[in-house]
Amino acid sequence: MILFEVFIGGILLGGMYGLIALGLNLQYGVARILNLSYGEFFLGGAFTAFFTIMLWKLNPMLSVFISIPIAFAMSWLIYQYMMIPLVRRSPDQDALDADVVLVTFGLFFVFQGLALVNWSGDLRGYSFLSVPVNVLGATVALNRLVAFLGACALAAAIFLVLRYTRVGAALRAITIDPVAAGLVGINVRRFSALTFAAGGALAATSGMLVSTFISFSATSGVEYTLKALIVVIMAGVGRVTGTLAAGILLGVVESLGGYLIDPSLTIAINFGLFILILLVRPTGLFTRA
Amino acid sequence: MALGAIILALLPMYASNYVISIFIVLFANVALATAWAFFSGATRYISLATASFFGIGIYVLAIAHVYVPVPVALAAAAIVGFLVAAVVGLSTLRLRGVYFVVFTFGLTELIHQIINWWEINVNKTTSRYIFTDVPNVNIYETLLVIALITIVGSWYVSKIRLGFALRAIGEDETVARHSGINTTRVKVLCFALSASVMSLVGAVLALRYPYIDASIAFNNSWSFQVLIAALLGGAGRAWGPAVGAVPLVLLSDLLAGSFPHHFSIALGLCFVVIVYFLPGGVTRLILRLYHAWWAEQTKTRTH
Repeated sequence: MILFEVFIGGILLGGMYGLIALGLNLQYGVARILNLSYGEFFLGGAFTAFFTIMLWKLNPMLSVFISIPIAFAMSWLIYQYMMIPLVRRSPDQDALDADVVLVTFGLFFVFQGLALVNWSGDLRGYSFLSVPVNVLGATVALNRLVAFLGACALAAAIFLVLRYTRVGAALRAITIDPVAAGLVGINVRRFSALTFAAGGALAATSGMLVSTFISFSATSGVEYTLKALIVVIMAGVGRVTGTLAAGILLGVVESLGGYLIDPSLTIAINFGLFILILLVRPTGLFTRA
Repeated sequence: MALGAIILALLPMYASNYVISIFIVLFANVALATAWAFFSGATRYISLATASFFGIGIYVLAIAHVYVPVPVALAAAAIVGFLVAAVVGLSTLRLRGVYFVVFTFGLTELIHQIINWWEINVNKTTSRYIFTDVPNVNIYETLLVIALITIVGSWYVSKIRLGFALRAIGEDETVARHSGINTTRVKVLCFALSASVMSLVGAVLALRYPYIDASIAFNNSWSFQVLIAALLGGAGRAWGPAVGAVPLVLLSDLLAGSFPHHFSIALGLCFVVIVYFLPGGVTRLILRLYHAWWAEQTKTRTH
């Protein structure tokens, strides 16, 4: 029975990992930019939620009205003014990746340093919707359930947009082949910039949702960047539903592994899974071979 | 350069302890950055595993120095680093680009957690004490020799077949393989050589620590600092990373103690500046200015 509760907990946690990774996968899949400062946008959302409830005594969910526009605008500016020059000068994706890795690592250090200077390195957390509810016989905290449902709703919305709208069709075309997409009249730069910005906004939203049940500090951004990267690589670049599924798989493996082996080894278990997938199926679990 | 080496070798007779300890950190960074560039600069496999091998060196010394003399423990560190890197390299050097970066970044975390778990659950401790009385001057001289050998060795390899093979892999791995280079052997060998220097440096620096634990040994900031030093100086030349390490170590000494967060911001800005304004590092800029100046000189002389 405890095992079942651990399993349910893993699914709820994994849904969050899926949501966190979704923004990164959009950024890498459509805009072709691997954003290693992604976790800092996540953290921005978490901190905004924290200050909303602690300073202004408001519902932390309302913080998205501040954090989403800021994350969207900052990501758009980063793409437009820092990434496009790199895209222009790179002869191929390998060269672009090398530059982007360095620049976004640089941004990560700058953002993390600024966060540490302004908000110190203390662990932050708050209590919100922390009442037990019963799910299929397992007891879970309501905030985790709300966050999980929020993650599923967002993933479904993104899936529907990509599947059934004109914009979605354009984005899917860019994911498959940006050059060919440009040839049929899609404004690749503009759509890439908007997708990159939307990815940042998703990071902030997931930060808000996660902050309701996990404490965080100014240095925990990189941990979520890594988790998101693992999920993206597990799912395959550009796969939306696959990302949610891979996130849930990671969450379940992590929870069960932590329970059955040792909770202090969760990162080791994550990386074990990650290395295994990189070596066995480097294109991802949910891609057609 | 030989003159400079002699001056540096004699320096401890006159300099204060503080100056010596700055130079110790500098030599360590020079050796690490040169070793990093030896593999990653030529092949363009950006590795963030420096802290892994550095930490392995620290742990090997901490464990071995209890049983064997210090020089043997140092040699053991270099050998263990070589072997671990060979195993890691064999399984992961077919990953390209960002996958390799992310993998090497995660590797340090992975080793960190496993060793932490091992120490707590098997050895019932979190830290190890290091009982040695090696004077600072000996550490200084050892690291100076390691740094010089690494630079000269890296320069020498760049002139022989192995160096050409490495650069060919960096230019285009498929072409390199088709022109008859055993790319796997070259990559794994050079990755392991570079890692053994990193482990050795870690082991020598560990002689200065009274005690160590997993978070001291496997600290990712080593990986980043070394990467920036190498790129700032210019990873394409044997002496480039050494040039880059100097300002970084001075900046770190100035800021890291009292303003650690500002140092992290400065490191981040360094990354951005290198990519946008110094793609070949400072040494390329210096060489370009020097060539321009030389051309100017010869022109005026002929007129």
